[in-house]
Amino acid sequence: MDFQIALFLVQDGATNGAIYAMLALALVLVFSVTRVIFIPQGEFVAYGALTLASLQSGQIPGTLWLLVVVSTIAVLAELWRCWRNGLPIGLHGFGWLVGYPLILALLLWYLPLASLPAFVQVLVALAVVVPLGPLMYRLVYQPIAEASVLILLIVSVAIHVVLVGLGLLFFGAEGLRTAPFTDASFEMGPLLINGQQVWVILVSIGLIVGLWRFFSRTLYGKALRATAMNRTGARLMGFSPVFAGKLTFLLAAFIGTLSGVLIAPITTIYYDTGFLIGLKGFVAAIVGGLISFPIAAAGAVLVGLLESFASFYASAYKEVIVFTLIIPVLLWRSLTSHHIEEE
Amino acid sequence: MKAKNLAALCTVVALFSSQAALADINVGVSLSSTGPGAALGIPEKNAIPFLPALVAGEKINYIVLDDATDPSAATKNARKLVSEQKVDLLLGSSVTPASLAIAEVAVESRTPQISAAPINLPPEKNVWVFRTPQHNNVMAGAVVGDMKSKGVKTLGFIGYSDAYGEDWLVAMKPLLKSAGIKFTTIERFNRTDTSVSGQVLKIIASRPDAVLVVASGSPAALPQTAFKERGFKGVIYQTHAAANPAFLKVAGAAAEGTIMPIGPVVVVDQITDSHPSKVLGMQFVEDYESMYGAGSFSSFAGHVFDAGQLIEAAALVALESARPGTPEFRKALRDALENNKSVVGVHGVFNMTAEDHFGMDDRGRVLIQVENGGYKLLPM
Repeated sequence: MDFQIALFLVQDGATNGAIYAMLALALVLVFSVTRVIFIPQGEFVAYGALTLASLQSGQIPGTLWLLVVVSTIAVLAELWRCWRNGLPIGLHGFGWLVGYPLILALLLWYLPLASLPAFVQVLVALAVVVPLGPLMYRLVYQPIAEASVLILLIVSVAIHVVLVGLGLLFFGAEGLRTAPFTDASFEMGPLLINGQQVWVILVSIGLIVGLWRFFSRTLYGKALRATAMNRTGARLMGFSPVFAGKLTFLLAAFIGTLSGVLIAPITTIYYDTGFLIGLKGFVAAIVGGLISFPIAAAGAVLVGLLESFASFYASAYKEVIVFTLIIPVLLWRSLTSHHIEEE
Repeated sequence: MKAKNLAALCTVVALFSSQAALADINVGVSLSSTGPGAALGIPEKNAIPFLPALVAGEKINYIVLDDATDPSAATKNARKLVSEQKVDLLLGSSVTPASLAIAEVAVESRTPQISAAPINLPPEKNVWVFRTPQHNNVMAGAVVGDMKSKGVKTLGFIGYSDAYGEDWLVAMKPLLKSAGIKFTTIERFNRTDTSVSGQVLKIIASRPDAVLVVASGSPAALPQTAFKERGFKGVIYQTHAAANPAFLKVAGAAAEGTIMPIGPVVVVDQITDSHPSKVLGMQFVEDYESMYGAGSFSSFAGHVFDAGQLIEAAALVALESARPGTPEFRKALRDALENNKSVVGVHGVFNMTAEDHFGMDDRGRVLIQVENGGYKLLPM
């Protein structure tokens, strides 16, 4: 192995690490605010990539119908809540649940999907997939928000299985790739860097900085942090935990979908790819103890590099090496931190 | 007295009606139409309507279950089919691990099995199990033959880290040795991997004349594109599992020039008219595409169709000596399958023997090269 190969491996590892970092951030965010270990995070990656691929081949993605169905169920749930609590029946406060999917469906029906500029296709893919996040919170997690971490985890596994099954139904068993955002590639010494990898790393850094500013500078960000620290306290201060949950899931779905859209041109994405990517993000999140954003991001880069070098030296044991990382990390964490039993 | 008569009558009626149901031949099918093997299982399930429905006046029922590419679900399916449905034959599954699981049940319950995956078994378990796909040796033989004629001396290998990759490696080793070709490095990857840069870099650094990629469908495109991106100039060989429309679509221009072995049905319009599978293959591809759309045909559907041909030929013989639904019939069916001679399928011609439960010879494979996003038959 010479220096050039090492550089290639670092480049590859850093690109993957950037994706894992985004997912790790989303996982830490969701866990700290809602205590949900968000297994379906990876499905947003797959849905985002595959939705974009369907759009580029001029088809209406199956995820649109999922959005329509899920928001219809959400409307029914809201109407039921009004009726049971004796509130006047109407669409006040959740009119967007009816309007948004309808407008989106009409748009997709009339737009010439395959010939849209790539940037607009990405926006459409985000518009279709991201709202599934808050809707998922409304229908699945909101009714059991006070349940134990274990129950929330079991529900997450169930959602993951359902979404993978739907993914197979919508997109078929074979993998898809999308056209790259840019064909530009430039040489840096011996390295050939393609534009897409630059995109991935820049967006990932941008997102990390953006999240950091959001949490430290804005009111909503501070409120989310407050909810993460003390749910009852935040509620007493007038910040609704339901709103916090929806906002968190919106952010998580956005990060997941964006990661999917970014890696779809570099690799082949299958309906079930998301799980493994999410799991590696999860390893990184564990390194950060599911609470620390910067350590999780650093852990993600570590996972990416480890994976890249492991695939060079011992490709048959690559996954074993990556997932074994979790054992020393857990040991170290359990020895250095005070563990507080929940409940 | 009257009640007794009525009871007797009822019993007779019941006996006759159950007899009628028993007389049908029941085939239990377990395929991987969901899960990681779905790319194989879906076209295979689609081929079921084209299987023979009637043989010598007896109806054949197909009971189709999905095993989700999960060996434990395949075992459960096989047990259910054998104990509840009393099937005369098990058909499936799509991938090697699930088929191995079904083979366990087939051997234990003494039910003949036809697998759509090329599984390898020890001789004592092999008795009840037959396969329709070509043995990997048949395919590997074609690949090594082509390497020899191109003067390849060194070969890089990247394959799935599962039974399919391992089987190919085992099949290649003795063939390469006798052809005087050496492996430079042997690398592994997984179906869901998002990057194979590490493996590809290592193979390129070992400077082989050619590379063999052992993977299926669209995952096979990942190493393919990585080799092209890193500027690999040698010949890239893929295996027959990679030859489907999804591979061509995902790999795009990077697939050009790739050579793979394949059953003749994939290029049925290009093979010579004298090939035994020509007429049947043309008919099947046409029927399949008129039902599922142009360009939907995949070679995997052919393996299940061929199983139908084997069942039809064997059932004709077995029906002479036993009634369906009995252990005697299952035994007779097994014996008949083992004596199947010159049964023409869409992938070639089957000649089963006690030692060879694959039955395919060199007529069961051709070499093709990807050209302009399609397949071109190579002369052999």
